[in-house]
Amino acid sequence: MKHNPFIAALAAVGAVMAGAPAFAQEQVMSLDDKVNEVFANSTGWFVSLIFSNFPGTTFPWIVAWLVIGASVFTLYFGFIQFRVIGHAIALVKGDYSDPKDAGEVSHFQALATALSGTVGLGNIAGVAVAIGIGGPGATFWMILAALLGMASKFTECTLGVKYRNEYPDGRVSGGPMYYLSKGFAERGLPGGKILAVLFSIFCILGALGGGNMFQANQAHQQISGVVGDYPGWITGLVFAALVFAVIVGGIKSIAKVTEKIVPFMGILYVGTALVIIAMNYDMIGWAFGQIFAGAFTGLGVAGGFVGALIQGFKRAAFSNEAGVGSAAIAHSAVRTKEPLTEGFVSLLEPFIDTVVVCTMTALVIIITQQLVTDPTTGLYVLNEAGNAVKTVGDTSGVGLTSAAFGSKIAWFPSVLALAVVLFAFSTMITWSYYGLKAWTYLFGEGETKELIFKVIFCVFVVIGAASQLGPVIDFSDAAIFSMAVVNIIGLYFLMPIVKRELENYLDRLRSGQIKKFN
Amino acid sequence: MSGKFVVGYDDSAAARRAVDFAVGRIKVQGGTIVLAHVLEWSPYSFLTPTELEERHKRRREELERARDAITSTVVAELEKEGIGVETEIRYGKAHDVLGQVARDHDAVQIIIGREGQSSLGARIFGSVAAALIQSAPVPCTIVP
Repeated sequence: MKHNPFIAALAAVGAVMAGAPAFAQEQVMSLDDKVNEVFANSTGWFVSLIFSNFPGTTFPWIVAWLVIGASVFTLYFGFIQFRVIGHAIALVKGDYSDPKDAGEVSHFQALATALSGTVGLGNIAGVAVAIGIGGPGATFWMILAALLGMASKFTECTLGVKYRNEYPDGRVSGGPMYYLSKGFAERGLPGGKILAVLFSIFCILGALGGGNMFQANQAHQQISGVVGDYPGWITGLVFAALVFAVIVGGIKSIAKVTEKIVPFMGILYVGTALVIIAMNYDMIGWAFGQIFAGAFTGLGVAGGFVGALIQGFKRAAFSNEAGVGSAAIAHSAVRTKEPLTEGFVSLLEPFIDTVVVCTMTALVIIITQQLVTDPTTGLYVLNEAGNAVKTVGDTSGVGLTSAAFGSKIAWFPSVLALAVVLFAFSTMITWSYYGLKAWTYLFGEGETKELIFKVIFCVFVVIGAASQLGPVIDFSDAAIFSMAVVNIIGLYFLMPIVKRELENYLDRLRSGQIKKFN
Repeated sequence: MSGKFVVGYDDSAAARRAVDFAVGRIKVQGGTIVLAHVLEWSPYSFLTPTELEERHKRRREELERARDAITSTVVAELEKEGIGVETEIRYGKAHDVLGQVARDHDAVQIIIGREGQSSLGARIFGSVAAALIQSAPVPCTIVP
């Protein structure tokens, strides 16, 4: 088929209007098949490379790469994430903000925007997947990975602000592509430019995939789960129109509404989880017992405790993006004379995203006893395929989280569906920006060039919602993780710069040279 | 006695009445005016990534626009009448900023106009006048 996807989608709309929905379905389906085939054939090797296991194990090397990176940064900066958390909170509250800078981007705003890109499906569906496969023990490893990941975030966001570009008109552009090229040049190291270009390419692919198609696809699944089955391209067109209105039309009101509802949804989600946990306060001790026991014994899950560990690590990385480099793009915009302050603020992100929100999801799933145990041994029972824990309603992913919340609060699954849709939308908006920054790094700034990317982005919304694109999703996950490969290599080379700044900053903080304003 | 009168100014009819009132006082007792224009802003609002990027640029534009608008109209008129006038354009919550400006200028009084909101509206949306009375560091005059 020679149609491009956008024309195909338009043709599909026309067909429905003409009263031939079957034709429309066929159009989209055949497009899906085609895209699937092309993608699977041409990108399968890349996906297998990124997600391949260490020889003779089931441990993907990319997960080890992220965890080793996070551990190195944690040790190198002397457990910075635990030493400065109080200072980080004071920065977010605005205690150190000069009142004269009112009207500029605050630390809170940069943090909230970066969080809106990470809080989403990972916290709701990802955790359920981890627990479904790895049992409650996965929670322990997920929290550990997030605590370590705080150091990765700190490193990348500090560099993001330090090496951003500031333009004469007052706009700023920052992110790994800028610190890779400028930071390497400053240290006299070769290859920075190549890493920056590679990062940008992976970032664009990741933005179109994990930051777009995957989100659109999951949003459609949620909506059709509530209102009944209907073709995905309809959701796709609506979402694409909304995304288009925000990123091309600059319609602030849609963005404003989303940016107001998303934090509210986040709070509602955590609040409801807390209510459910409080309603079953007698089981909290037991739940933590399950988490610790599972972490070291597996409690009968597939792959034992190593299975729990892999799942926990993997989902933490998916959820908070520490080490991926994406958040450094959003954090670069803050107005500060001290790049370090943004690093401190950003290390709260994995904490909020994973240690708080993901753990809430996990506790609710465990406490509502969605996972089936054998009453005689106390071990978890595997499903028929033997690859995951058997659940009460044979659910997994969002379905498992939804069932867990629904078992205590009957109306919550509908709210959850709405939350997933909104989270998906805000993640798309944030990732469209990450992709755009990588795009302009490669092709230069300019209205037409930017418009081209934005239109491509919207087209991919439709494709993502319309189809079951397994290979494309695998590929986009692989692209997001390859961002981490490039980014962490860069961080290893640039971390001495951060260390120098850190020591200088902490000295001034201790001596009282850095003062609170209120 | 003379002194500085901080007048909250935002181009509304109510603000105009506040300026007129201040001019009346100054003609009797002397003093100068500090015109305070507040650009509503909360550091805890939520922005999209694009808004983050453009914030510094927009802030500059907003400040320039506000300054131009005020200087070309009310400041010019006051100067013509021979009244000393300074301007302060700041971001924040109206009542906080007015209080801060009064402190910074060692002002003797804050004068603002009142829109005559219904009490229901004030209850829902809050009222600058009510908040100012609670927090002002100097006496306030609310011009109806």
